[in-house]
Amino acid sequence: MSQTMPQHRPIYGLMAEFTSSHELLRAIRASRASGYTKMDAYTPYPIEEVWEELGHHRSKLPAIVLTGALIGIALGFGLQYWASVINYPLNIGGRPLNSWPAFIPITFEVTILVATLFAVAGMFVLNGLPMPFHPVFNVKRFALASRDRYFLCIEADDLNFDREATAQFLQNLNPTEVSEVAG
Amino acid sequence: MKGKKRRESVSTTILAKVPVVEPGHTPATVTDQISSVVLTRTPKWWYAAFGASFLLVLLLMQAVTKLLVEGTGIWGLNVPVGWGFAIINFVWWIGIGHAGTLISAILLLLRQPWRTSINRFAEAMTLFAVACAGLFPLIHVGRPWLAYWLLPIPNTMDMWPQFRSPLIWDVFAVSTYATASLLFWYVGLIPDLATLRDRSISRVRKVVYGFFAMGWRGSARHWHNYESAYLLLAGLATPLVVSVHTIVSFDFAIGQIPGWHATIFPPYFVAGAIFAGFAMVITLAVPLRVIFRLQDFITLRHIQSMAKVMLATGLIVAYGYLTEIFMAFYSGNQYEEFMLLNRIQGPYRYHWYALLLCNVLAPQLMWIKRARTSPLIVFVVAMFVNVGMWLERFVIVVTSLHRDFMPSSWGMYHGTYWDWATFIGTIGLFLSLLFLFIRFLPMISMFEMRTILPESEDSQA
Repeated sequence: MSQTMPQHRPIYGLMAEFTSSHELLRAIRASRASGYTKMDAYTPYPIEEVWEELGHHRSKLPAIVLTGALIGIALGFGLQYWASVINYPLNIGGRPLNSWPAFIPITFEVTILVATLFAVAGMFVLNGLPMPFHPVFNVKRFALASRDRYFLCIEADDLNFDREATAQFLQNLNPTEVSEVAG
Repeated sequence: MKGKKRRESVSTTILAKVPVVEPGHTPATVTDQISSVVLTRTPKWWYAAFGASFLLVLLLMQAVTKLLVEGTGIWGLNVPVGWGFAIINFVWWIGIGHAGTLISAILLLLRQPWRTSINRFAEAMTLFAVACAGLFPLIHVGRPWLAYWLLPIPNTMDMWPQFRSPLIWDVFAVSTYATASLLFWYVGLIPDLATLRDRSISRVRKVVYGFFAMGWRGSARHWHNYESAYLLLAGLATPLVVSVHTIVSFDFAIGQIPGWHATIFPPYFVAGAIFAGFAMVITLAVPLRVIFRLQDFITLRHIQSMAKVMLATGLIVAYGYLTEIFMAFYSGNQYEEFMLLNRIQGPYRYHWYALLLCNVLAPQLMWIKRARTSPLIVFVVAMFVNVGMWLERFVIVVTSLHRDFMPSSWGMYHGTYWDWATFIGTIGLFLSLLFLFIRFLPMISMFEMRTILPESEDSQA
C-alpha cells in the first residue's frame, strides 16, 4: 500500500466534455453499448432523453406527493373535526357539530400545503441535496455545466471501469476534453 | 387603401411568428446576458431608485408604529364603514399576486413558451405582493401581537378559532399561498443559483450563491426529479390560486350585505385578480426590458400576449359588473336595488365612473393590434387597470357598507392621512423588495431560456 504512486490515488471517475446534446446522447449510447452502467450526465438544462438513454424511467416523486396530499387531507379535516366535535363541542342552535361542508376549504388548503412541502422535500431527498461538495466539482471546466457544456462522467465503481481503457474509450467519442475526477 | 390592407396583413403574419427569443442566441449568450445584470457593478440609478422606495418603507414603518401606539382610530374607520383601506389594500395586493402564479403554473401546464422569460419576476412579484397583502389583515386586527389567536394553537383559554368562518379560511389560504409561492419560486431558482455560483468571481458571492444552490450539479437524476417536482408544484398551485381568491371573495359573499351577498363573487374575483395581476406584470416588464436591454428575451410577442390576457380577463370583469346590475333589479329586493342606484348616483358615483373608465373602457384599446404591440400604450392601459382595480375594491367595500338597511345609520367614509401613508408605504415595500431582487437574483430564468432556444429544441427532436 505504501508503494502506491500519487497518480494512483483512487479517483471518482472519468469525465468527458461535449459541446452539444447530440454528442452527449451519442456518447451515452456508446457507453451503454460498451457495458458501462454507473455513469451520470450533466447538462445546462433538462433533457428528458438523456435520463432515458441512461437507462432510467420513472420518478418516485408523484407517489411521494400523493402521500403528502393524503396526509394533508387527514390532518386538515382531522384538526377541525377533533376541535369541533371532540375537544370543544359547542351546541349552536342544535346545528350539527360535524359541519363538514364548512370544513372543506381549510381541508383543501392543508392538503395543498402538505403536498407542496412533500414535493419540495422529496425532490431534495431524491437528488441527495443539499450536498455542499461533490467530487465532480474538482474538475475546473465543470463550472460550464451550468452554462452551455454537456458532461458525461463514468464512475470508478463501475465493474467495467479501467483507468486507461475507459479514458481511451471516452477519447474516441470526440469530446472537447477528458479529465480525471479526483475522488 | 388596398395596399395598406395588404401591408397590415403581412405584418400580422410576421408578428404571429415573432419568436419568444430573438434569433442568434445560444445557451452561452443567454446565460451571459442575464447573469451579467446581477454580476456586474451596481448601476448608480439603482441606489437612487432603491433609496426612493426605501423612504416609502420608512413612511410605512412610521404609520404602523403610530397605529400600534394609538390604535385603529387613526384610520377613517367608524360605524357604519368598519372595513376600509385595510381590506381594500389586502384584496388589491393579493389579486396582483395571482398573475405570478398564473404565469408560472397555469401557463406551464398549458405549454405556453412565452411564459418563460416573464415567469421569474412575475413569481417574485407574487411573493412581494403577498407580503404586502398579509400585512393589512395583521395590523387591521387592532392588536397584532395577538394575531396568533387566528392559528389553531392549543392555548390556556382552551379555545379554537372558528373553523366555519371565511376569515379563518383566509388565514389558511393566504399562509398556504405564501408558503407555496415561496417554495415554487425558490425551487425555480436553484439551477440559476448554481449558474451564479459557477460564474461569480468574488469569494463571498460564490459562498452565498453556493449555499442557496445546495450543491446543484445539473445531473440527469437532478433534472429528472426536478422536472417532476416542478410540474407537480404547478399542478398544486393551479387549484390553490383559484381557491385563494375564491376564499377572499367569501369574506364578502358570506356576509349578508347588499352588494356583497352574491354567488357571482368567486369567479368575478378570480378574474379580477388575474386582470389586476397581468396589469402589474406589464407595469414591471415594460420598463425592465428597456432598462436592462432585455428586448431580445421579453419581445413584443410577450407584451402582446399579456395584453390579450388583460383584455380577456377585463371582459370577464365587465361581465361581472353587468351581472351585479342585472341581479340587483332581477332580485326584486329593495335593498339590492337601492345599493346599486346608490353606487351609480350616490356620493361615491365618481369612484364608480372612474372604475368603469379604467376597467371597462381603457382595456378595449387592446382590441387594436397597433395599440397592443406598442409597449407604451400597453403600459398606460395597464396603469389604468392598476388604479381601476383598486377603485373596484373601494366601491365594493365602501358603497355596500356606508348606506345599509336603515337611513339613520348611514355615514360617509374617507381614508385619512395615515390610511394613505400605510397604503403608499406598502407600494414602497413592494418596490424595495423588487429592486433588491433585480440586483441579486436573475430576473429571467436562465435554464428555462436555454430550453426554449431553437438549437435546444432541435437537439431534443
